[in-house]
Amino acid sequence: MATSRSLLRSDRSASLLLRRKITDRMATGLSWLAMLIVVCVLGSILWTLVKNGLAGLSINLFTHSMAAPGQNGGLANAIMGSLLQTGLAILLGTPAGLLTGIYLAEYGANNVLARTVRFVSDMLLSAPSILIGLFIYMVLVAPLGHFSGYAGSLALAILAMPIVVRTTEDMLYLVPVAMREAGIALGAPKWRVILFICLRAARGGILTGVLLAVARVAGETAPLLFTSLGNSEWSVDMNRPMASLPVAIYQYAGSAYQDWMQQAWTGALLVTLGVLVINIVVRVGTRGGRT
Amino acid sequence: MEISARQPLPATKKNHPAGGVRTADPFFRMLVMATGIGVLVVLGAIIGVMAVGGWKAFAVFGPEFLISAVWNPVTQHFGAAAPVFGTIVSSAMALVVAVPLAFGTAFWLAALAPPAAAAFIGMAVQLLAAVPSIIFGMWGFFVVVPLVAHYVQPTARHLFGHVPGLSALVAGAPFGTGLFTASLILAIMITPSITAVMRDVFVSMPTVLRESAYGLGATRWEVMRNVVLPWSRQGVIGAVVLGMGRAMGETMAVTFVIGDSNHIGWSLFAPANTIASLIALEFPESAAGSLKLASLMALGAILMAISFLTLWFSRWLLARGQKAAGD
Repeated sequence: MATSRSLLRSDRSASLLLRRKITDRMATGLSWLAMLIVVCVLGSILWTLVKNGLAGLSINLFTHSMAAPGQNGGLANAIMGSLLQTGLAILLGTPAGLLTGIYLAEYGANNVLARTVRFVSDMLLSAPSILIGLFIYMVLVAPLGHFSGYAGSLALAILAMPIVVRTTEDMLYLVPVAMREAGIALGAPKWRVILFICLRAARGGILTGVLLAVARVAGETAPLLFTSLGNSEWSVDMNRPMASLPVAIYQYAGSAYQDWMQQAWTGALLVTLGVLVINIVVRVGTRGGRT
Repeated sequence: MEISARQPLPATKKNHPAGGVRTADPFFRMLVMATGIGVLVVLGAIIGVMAVGGWKAFAVFGPEFLISAVWNPVTQHFGAAAPVFGTIVSSAMALVVAVPLAFGTAFWLAALAPPAAAAFIGMAVQLLAAVPSIIFGMWGFFVVVPLVAHYVQPTARHLFGHVPGLSALVAGAPFGTGLFTASLILAIMITPSITAVMRDVFVSMPTVLRESAYGLGATRWEVMRNVVLPWSRQGVIGAVVLGMGRAMGETMAVTFVIGDSNHIGWSLFAPANTIASLIALEFPESAAGSLKLASLMALGAILMAISFLTLWFSRWLLARGQKAAGD
């Protein structure tokens, strides 16, 4: 009697063990599946871009400006416009982001103002980018009466700044207190300690943030639609409407012309490669550090 | 990502050991503080401009603006209900797809992956997050839309088309563009960020808790289900809400695949609009000072308010999760 009962019990525990193992295997399998789906989507996007975009890659693309369908146009003005607007946006957004990051890390401690600034900066980081474009349209484009590269840059700068704020703050926290103390012990005022010791120690990480900001804004379309609008002619005057690669892709991708479609794909390939290369360089360079 | 160990700042009082009045220090302090306040001003100005710009729409239509589903530029009658409906439904459906994907991937990265593969796949997931949204739009339009039109919706209609109650959900011509496709694209776009936060939360759990569960003979899934998840519940919900906030504001990708129709219906496959896609599509055609522009601005204000509240909620959850982690 006793033996049969213990037999029964071991039988039951064996089936329980089996069930637990099966559940574990199923969860493991589903987890693998989820990971594979995510990787396959990335693969599919890259493959689609390469398959459709590679054919249009030619010198012509970089030497000619946009033109009517069948006129053998290129994307030179859009590439130039993207470089100019992204460059100016980073020039505007980086100092603002740096100073705000310094305020949060070095002066804010944990007072109400700093907490609010930190929260609002994070808000801007994930605010819908089209609203930033709408905002710049209302305060800059509408009063001045014309679209311009400056307006586009400003919209992109608002998007770039919070990224720099976040990385600057995070990186400054990583600077050892001993280094600050050493600077102060040598008689340096606080601003010199921050600018010449802390920032210098954190410059690698901050550069990472700036590069990520470049990668983020270089591919942005929505904030440019109502600010720099786009321009089919070569123009480096930032006070006039200005072409950009993402907006050109948007215009061409919705068209019915074979050669415009081709250029849209090639432009998309260029933008994506640029953005991904920056990301890879940053992430490999910082060895697994993520922002 | 919040740095938990806030290092105390070295005490630098105004009476510096080197003596003398230092004018540069207060100046620098003012400068960084002013820039910080500038950030507040920017957000305040964005909200203010949206509210002022949209005021006319509320003034003309009153509270009816919020519940009216009419969007008719010809009769000059505008209502927010259709795009708000599209925004909320597409984001919610995106979460239904994204949460299991992100959870599975985060579980894989945190518990199952060989270390070398984890670094590699982790990077691939982050790269997916870096792809510009217009690329998702093009990929969605040329790759996903045909799949939905030729396979997904016909299959769904075949399976559920005659089931009472479900048939309405799959009704309509198989265009391929619509709510369902937009949700799929949104799901893919927000999966990386949800995965990243979930993985951080999972990894930040004290190892001793996990190891003691393993020591009791628990399987990996049981550790995840009974130890890690309860412990990191708030952080996980915070990550999900954060993803939802992102999805609601997404513009370009949605604009390509949503189908541009201001219509509220039961069908998950019907063309629709989100607030962001409607602004992107109709703003270029609205004259300055027109009622349509005011209505679009009012929609912008609504979107701003929705994403503000979502982000606030998610940060609150994440901060609470972290506080719990600190104890």
